[in-house]
Amino acid sequence: MTQQILFFVFGAIVLGAGVAVVTVRNIFHAALWLLLAFFGVAGLYVLLEAPFFAAVQLFVYMGAIGVLIIFAVMLTQGIMKEKQLPFNEQWWMAGLMAVLLLAVMVYVIRQLPAVTPQALQWDSIDLLGMAFVHPQGFVLPFELASVLLVAALLGAVTIARER
Amino acid sequence: MVPLQWYLILAAALFCVGLYGLLARRNAIAVLMSIELMLNAVSVNLIAFWRYTESNTVTGQVFAAFVYVVAAAEVAVGLAIIIAIWRTKNTVVLEEIDLLKG
Amino acid sequence: MGDAIVNVSAWIEGLLLGTGLSEPWVSFIMTVISAFVIAFIPVVIVIFLVWGYRKASARMQGRLGPNSSGTWAGPGGIVQTFADAIKMLTKEDIRPAGVDVIPYNIAPILIFFIALVVWAVIPFGPGTVIGVDLNIGIFYIMAFSSAALFGVLMAGWSSNNKYATVSAFRSVALLISYEIPQLLSVLVVVMVAGSMSMQDIVGAQRSVMYLIALPLPAVIFLIASLAEVNARPFELLEAESELVAGYQTEYSGMKFGMYYLAEFINSVAVGAIFSTLFLGGWQGPFVDAAPILGTVWIFAKITLMTMLWMFIQITLPRLRIDQILNFNWKFLVPLALANLCVISIVNKLINAQASDWTRAGILLLTNIAIALVAWTLVALGGRQKRRQYEAELEVVA
Repeated sequence: MTQQILFFVFGAIVLGAGVAVVTVRNIFHAALWLLLAFFGVAGLYVLLEAPFFAAVQLFVYMGAIGVLIIFAVMLTQGIMKEKQLPFNEQWWMAGLMAVLLLAVMVYVIRQLPAVTPQALQWDSIDLLGMAFVHPQGFVLPFELASVLLVAALLGAVTIARER
Repeated sequence: MVPLQWYLILAAALFCVGLYGLLARRNAIAVLMSIELMLNAVSVNLIAFWRYTESNTVTGQVFAAFVYVVAAAEVAVGLAIIIAIWRTKNTVVLEEIDLLKG
Repeated sequence: MGDAIVNVSAWIEGLLLGTGLSEPWVSFIMTVISAFVIAFIPVVIVIFLVWGYRKASARMQGRLGPNSSGTWAGPGGIVQTFADAIKMLTKEDIRPAGVDVIPYNIAPILIFFIALVVWAVIPFGPGTVIGVDLNIGIFYIMAFSSAALFGVLMAGWSSNNKYATVSAFRSVALLISYEIPQLLSVLVVVMVAGSMSMQDIVGAQRSVMYLIALPLPAVIFLIASLAEVNARPFELLEAESELVAGYQTEYSGMKFGMYYLAEFINSVAVGAIFSTLFLGGWQGPFVDAAPILGTVWIFAKITLMTMLWMFIQITLPRLRIDQILNFNWKFLVPLALANLCVISIVNKLINAQASDWTRAGILLLTNIAIALVAWTLVALGGRQKRRQYEAELEVVA
C-alpha cells in the first residue's frame, strides 16, 4: 500500500515536471523542472530497490547533466524572447504523434501478463561491480564506454573552445 | 508491490512527453532536455524489467548504466555544439540555424 | 551490554507498544523520532559552533569577540548566537525587485535540506546507532552534495544581481572541479575497505585508521572538501571584497540565516565524513566494553576536525580563481588519479591473508613513494621555470 502511494507521488512528480519541461516558456524554469523530473526518477529507482541507480541518477543527472544544461542556459540567455511561442509550427502534429504513440504503447503494455517479482537474493551492487570487470561479464563494453566518455570530453572541449 | 505495467505506462508517458518536446520546441537546449527525458524513460523501463523479471542477474542494470554513459556523452557534446553555434550565429532557435538552405 | 543509545530507543519503543499502538505505527513513530534527533544534532552543534568560531577568530586576530550583547549575554557571550537567531527570525523579509520568485525562495530551503540530509548515513556508534546504514553510504553523501550545487545556481541566477550571477558561474567552475579529486580519494578508501557502507568502512579500520594507511588520499580529500564547503583559501563564491556576498547577496532575514547555518553544518559534516573515512569513526580505546564510548569518540574526532577547519579558515588568505583552478587541475587531479591507479594495483598484489598492519604499512610506503615522485616532479618543473625566467632576464639586461 505504502509503495503504491509512493509510486503515485513520484509518478506525479515525474510526469508533471516532464510536461512542464516541454511547455514552460522560460528556459531556465524548464531546466529546473527537468531537475525535479530527474529527482522523481531517482525516487522510482529507490522503489525498484536499485539504490545505487538512485544515487547515480542524483549524481550524474542532477549533479552533472542538470548543471551543464543550466550553465548552457545561462550562457545563451536573452536569445529567446519570452513573448514568442516556445513551439514551432508543427507543434500540433507533434502532439498528435505523441498521443498516438502513447495510445499504441499503452495498448501493448496492457496485453502483457502480470509478473510477480522475486525477492532480491544478492546485494546488487556487488554483482554489478563484478559484472563490469569480469571477463565473462561486460568488461569490453565497460572499457568501450570509458573510451566513449573520453572521446566525448575531448570533442566537447574542441568544439566549444574559443578560437 | 506495484504491478510492472504501472512502471511501463509511466515510462511510456514520459517518453511521449519527451518526444513531443523534441519535435515541437524551438530552443535547441529545450530539445536536448526533451532527449534527456526520453533517455530517463528508457532507464526506468530497463530497471523495472530488471527488478521484475531478471533480478538474479544484472543485465538490466548494466544496460541502464550504459544509458547513463551515453546520456552524459550526448549532453556534453550537444551543449558544446549549441554554444559553438551561439557564438557564431548568436541564436539557439533551431529554425534560424539553416545555413545549408543558403 | 551498556549501549545507552540502543537501550533508550528500545525503552521508548516498549513504552509506545505499551500504549496499545500497532507494530507498524510504532516503527513509523520511532523512525520519525530518530530522523528528528539526527536532524537536530547538526543544528545544535552549529548554534554553539557559531559562537566558538567567532570567539576563536577574534582571539586569533587580537580581538575580544562576542562578550556581551546589551544587558546580559551569559559567560563569554554564549547567548549571542541565540540573540542573533531571534533577530534573524524577526527581521523583515526583503524581496528585491525583478527576482525570479519561485527559485529565489526554494534555493535556501534546498541548500539547508541537503546540508541536513547528509547526516543520515554518518555512524555515531557501533551497530544501529546511525540514521540508516545504506549499502551505498558514502556515494549517497557524494550524490547529494553534488546536487547541492544547483541550489547555489538557482540562488545566483534568480536574484537578479550581477554579483550573484558571477558567483553562480564561479560555483560551476569551483565546485565541479574540486568534486573530482574528492571523489577519486573517496574511491581509494572504498576500494581498500571493499564497501561503500559507512559502518563497513568504520569496521575496516578496526586496527589501523586509514589516515595512517592512506595519508595522501586523506590530505587530498581534506583540501577538496574545504573547497566544496567554501572555506577561506577557496572562498570564491562569496568573496566579499569582489562579490559583496556572492550568491547570497540579495537574501535577508531567515533566508540568509539558512545559508549561514547550512554553511556551518556543511563544515561540520565534512569533519564527520573525514572522521568516518580516515580517522576510524567511532573506533577507539575501550569501545568494545562500552559502546557508548563510540559516540564520544566520534564527537571528539568531529570536534578536532572542526577546530582544524576553523584554524585554516581564519588564518589563510583567499586565493585567486585561476590559482585555485590551476592547483586543482594541474596538481590535485593528476595526483589523485595516479594515487588511485597505483593503490589499486598494490592493494590487489598484497596477500589477502596479510594482517591489517602489514597491509597498512605497504600502503603507507606506496603513498610516501607517490608523494616523493610528485614532489620531485613539481620541484623540477619549478626549477626549470625559474631557469627560463632567469635566462629571459639576462637577455633583457
